[in-house]
Amino acid sequence: MDVNAPARPPSAPMRGRFRSGRQALLGWLYATPTAVFVVALFLLPLLIVVKMSLSRWPLLTGDQGINAPDNFTKAIDHRFFTDSVVFTVKYTVIATVLLLLLGLGMALLVQESSRWNNLLRASFLVPSALGLASASLLFYVLYSPYASPLAPVVDRLGITFLGSPNAALFSTVFLIVWRYAGFYMVLMLVGLQSIPADVFEAARSDGATRWQTFRRVTLPLLRPTLALTTVLCVTGSLLAFEQFYILTKGGPDNSTITVVQLIYMIAFQGQNDLGVAAALSVLVLAALVLLNALQMRAFRSEGN
Amino acid sequence: MTVDSKPTSAAVAGTPRAPAERPTGPRKPRGTTIAGVALRTPYWVFTGAVAVVFLFPLAWTAVASVSPQAGTNQVDGWGFGNYTTLADYQAGIWRYLGNSAFVSLLTVVLTLLISFLGGYAFARFRFPGRNLLFLLTLAILMVPYATLLIPLYVLLNEVGLQNSLVGVALVLTMFQLPFSTFLMRISFEAVPRELDEAAMVDGCTSFGALWRVLVPAVKPGLITVGLFSFLAAWNDFMAPLILINDSERMTLPLAVSNLRGQVQGVVDYGATEAGVVVLALPCIVLFLLLQRHYVRGFMSGALKG
Repeated sequence: MDVNAPARPPSAPMRGRFRSGRQALLGWLYATPTAVFVVALFLLPLLIVVKMSLSRWPLLTGDQGINAPDNFTKAIDHRFFTDSVVFTVKYTVIATVLLLLLGLGMALLVQESSRWNNLLRASFLVPSALGLASASLLFYVLYSPYASPLAPVVDRLGITFLGSPNAALFSTVFLIVWRYAGFYMVLMLVGLQSIPADVFEAARSDGATRWQTFRRVTLPLLRPTLALTTVLCVTGSLLAFEQFYILTKGGPDNSTITVVQLIYMIAFQGQNDLGVAAALSVLVLAALVLLNALQMRAFRSEGN
Repeated sequence: MTVDSKPTSAAVAGTPRAPAERPTGPRKPRGTTIAGVALRTPYWVFTGAVAVVFLFPLAWTAVASVSPQAGTNQVDGWGFGNYTTLADYQAGIWRYLGNSAFVSLLTVVLTLLISFLGGYAFARFRFPGRNLLFLLTLAILMVPYATLLIPLYVLLNEVGLQNSLVGVALVLTMFQLPFSTFLMRISFEAVPRELDEAAMVDGCTSFGALWRVLVPAVKPGLITVGLFSFLAAWNDFMAPLILINDSERMTLPLAVSNLRGQVQGVVDYGATEAGVVVLALPCIVLFLLLQRHYVRGFMSGALKG
């Protein structure tokens, strides 16, 4: 603010206070819509979900009073709880490793600006404009044994895309890589470009090989980008829903149920218990906050 | 169709060869000599093949949706039979297109309005609770979608917005706020303060300054926010899945997803393909038209995040 601007007349303190009061009022005026949305659609629901997690709350009849900690024990004792946690973590590790490696590799591939590389960047990025649901529907057809153009090949090899647990997992991972690799490529490109050019010059004049430059210069200087992309990718993958809901429907043999899918199932499919679903949501939220804090700390301490 | 971002080319031009690049010399000679072309051919072939992997599913779906296929409405010859199936599905595709368009437009308008005013407030004013409100807005990103949708389902029921497209748009707007408020704030901060002060000296009120002087100055930010909120709202699946249970009010992604397995568990793949094309087309057209804004949206997040 210009409260301490040098060319202020002697009456500055008075006017300054008046102005800052007016400023605060105007600021609040412009921020009011944001505040209304944040309070009504974010903070209030957060309070409600905590209350729901502590109450018996069937889908149809609503609040039936406190029953803590029944919902939490029911959530943890759910027959798919352990399986879905294990599967979600497994999926997250695979998807994160693949997306970060491919994102970085593609960024290095198209880093130099040329017509051809601009064309490549655009084609890597087109799928990211599609919704995850549309992409999942697209691959649902692409993987089907009837309509797929790959059906004859797959038939001859005797494999299926979605028939076995592992095949379903990797088919879904391929869909996710297709949809998101371009996005991570852009983030990596931004990171690569923020590295000053003279660092590379220095490495080259010191006689470093290309691999040494990459290992000792590029990677360490890319740390902030790697931290950001890891946090984004881990968070996104842990909350995976659409791809499995549409593509595998949790099958085969309930082998590809993610935690968020389990929340949805408990709340709206069959069990219809919003209380247990809310309890599981609260657990997921807590795990996510904890995990992100740990990741931030890990990247920060490694940096020092 | 090129992703051409100004900072990209500027920064890369000064960067020495990337580790994965061919050694083409320090002064960037294009592969004009025969040796240069020969050296670059494997690179072209490889990168071209990768690009095909990314483009093939889209191209194939578009072609397959009009090609003949057993078990669909397009058995003999090429044509738009699958689109007819889609058009006649339940309440009809126009209904679902209309629902999706309504939700998307309302989300875009609300997001633009709120993040424009909010970004201005955070960038230009000091008021008690400013930092707390900004942090709370960003904290929306940290909370899982499902964690909020379950209480929102209850909350919207309470206020009579159950099963309502307006309710869906409100929820989607809230989910857009972290990104859009952040982007509008840095857009406003990039505008020199002298600009609005000059306008106020000339007799504009702060709202007048905002409207006449600052809207043009932050237009690129507004385009990016609008584009991202449209794509998010048009494509969103989970919010309408949970908040809408009337088939008349479904949005397009939900309708196309439900379209599968309607007739005694037999999936009409042709109609699904047509549905994917209808869903994807607006997104791809917008992407191609507004690529620069699209890429800049990602970059601003990466730079300051």
